[in-house]
Amino acid sequence: MAVTVLIPTPLRPFVGGRDALEVEGGNIGELLDRLTGEHATLKPHLFADDGRLRSFVNVYVNDRDIRQLAQRETPVKPGDTVSIIPSIAGGTAASVGTQHAAPLPSQAAPVLSHEEILRYSRHLILPDVGLDGQKKLKAARVLLVGAGGLGSPAALYLAAAGVGTIGIVDFDVVDKTNLQRQILHGTSTVGTPKLESAAARIHDLNPNVRVEPFETRLTSENALDIIREFDVVADGTDNFPTRYLVNDACVLLEKPNVYGSIFRFEGQASVFYAKRGPCYRCLYSEPPPPGLVPSCAEGGVLGVLPGIIGSIQAMETIKLILGVGAPLIGRLVLFDALKLQFRELKLEKDPDCPVCGRHPTITALIDYEAFCGIGAEPSYDGAEITAEQLNEEWERNPELLVIDVREPHEHAIAHIDGAQLIPLGELPDRLGELDGHREIVTHCHQGSRSLKALEILKAAGFSKVRSLRGGIDAWAVNVDASLPRY
Amino acid sequence: MLVLDSRHVSAIRRHSEADYPAEACGLIGGAVDGDRKLAVQLVPLVNRRTDSARNRYLIDPESFRHAQARLERDGLDIIGVYHSHPDHPPAPSAFDRDHAWPRLSYVIVGVARGRAAEMKSWVLADDRGAFEEESITNEERKVVWQ
Repeated sequence: MAVTVLIPTPLRPFVGGRDALEVEGGNIGELLDRLTGEHATLKPHLFADDGRLRSFVNVYVNDRDIRQLAQRETPVKPGDTVSIIPSIAGGTAASVGTQHAAPLPSQAAPVLSHEEILRYSRHLILPDVGLDGQKKLKAARVLLVGAGGLGSPAALYLAAAGVGTIGIVDFDVVDKTNLQRQILHGTSTVGTPKLESAAARIHDLNPNVRVEPFETRLTSENALDIIREFDVVADGTDNFPTRYLVNDACVLLEKPNVYGSIFRFEGQASVFYAKRGPCYRCLYSEPPPPGLVPSCAEGGVLGVLPGIIGSIQAMETIKLILGVGAPLIGRLVLFDALKLQFRELKLEKDPDCPVCGRHPTITALIDYEAFCGIGAEPSYDGAEITAEQLNEEWERNPELLVIDVREPHEHAIAHIDGAQLIPLGELPDRLGELDGHREIVTHCHQGSRSLKALEILKAAGFSKVRSLRGGIDAWAVNVDASLPRY
Repeated sequence: MLVLDSRHVSAIRRHSEADYPAEACGLIGGAVDGDRKLAVQLVPLVNRRTDSARNRYLIDPESFRHAQARLERDGLDIIGVYHSHPDHPPAPSAFDRDHAWPRLSYVIVGVARGRAAEMKSWVLADDRGAFEEESITNEERKVVWQ
């Protein structure tokens, strides 16, 4: 008596349209050999060129998968039912990274086209890269958090190098003030979403790269889902909540986090990879108090600086993918552009680190805004005044005292006529110059430092103090269009 | 030629949008009539590729078996598979081709930023060398939906 073999719908045309066949054989190997011997056109659908059963072809003896039994050697006896059951797989990209090694063994390394071989020839002749390395790059999936100053050079170099998939998280729109350093964008893309601008530029540079856009703010809700899909994360964020979020998510998912940050003339870079070294929290377990460290928008930044730090991030990312050289794990590089000096600090893993230490207290993503004290900022309801209101009140009340708390070099770019310049840092020492009976309005560039000035004045007993919302920038937009914006 | 009616088309589009940015997948039950494959019932399935659902889908053999058993009770065969390509055109990838079954219709819908876009159907050549596009015809039919 023979064994019954059930044929799934897609294969029935190859066996004369029948849904079941009686086949003789003592084990699965013999059975399948006989089956494909009688029905030769069936063979390529069941077996790969190397003679092995295709990964998506599942063979069951009665109700058990032969992979859990003895594979081809699984014995069969008369009366058994053998079923060929499809699993169905597919997807978009032509390749996947090593971190995505799937249960499907046929996911081979990607193939390079002739165009790619020509394009990457300077890589291919490097012994440390070569064909294998270039294929690793093509299979790799890198996530850039932010398509700004650091993300720009990183994206360009990673795309040029042939990283197969670049994910970008950004929800911002290209602004003219970005162009001084964010070389991924151009004058023609001012006003368009950074993701669109970035995708177009990357596609122009290297159409082989797939860009996966995430037009969203990275949050505790979406970070794990987004980052999970990538092999390496390059952090180009400009704020502390997101930086801690990226760090914690990378630690939880065991992904390397290639870190960079910049301020004025100085930059830092490292690779935080908790599996093999310290994480960002080992270095800075707590964020600085809100407002202590000014952002680039407040403090300024030399345009070339993110080019250097972002390029280091791209370099480290590529080294991690290729597995060559000594990565920046456990080392913090400090760069001083004015002295043109690189220094290196050794970083140790903190055994008491709350997220990657021996007894972690953070095992899921938390509320990073609250952690960084941003939600805890005092409320300024009623303490702010709009540019139009100020203009109106000032006309009615020329005694109103407007204090510009910016730096003198900012004052030189643009200033409101009649405002008195007292830089924020000097304010506590110059309170004596102010008349406590007059109404005071503080202003800065965009309305952040003037709130700090307001706190200083209130703490010193000045009661009639308000801050200009949006700073001189709002004044230039809504009141005096002759002022340049910066 | 694959014959779908408007409810199939909108159900596939809805499923693809709902699962975005992951790939959505499901089976198409129906009957083969000469060179026409008539879709009757869709079986939306859970994408088993949790590790990289954004660019891969997997219908595991258990799901396939259950769907097949259910469809056979209704006198239907599995005539095709549908899946979505998030932020990617509805053309089969090399990966799709390597993993394809013959004769089945592979309906792919592109989803651009969460919105279902173009839908195309493909059939693997018997020599596995290439996917060939097949036409999708819209026909409204009276069928009993369960």
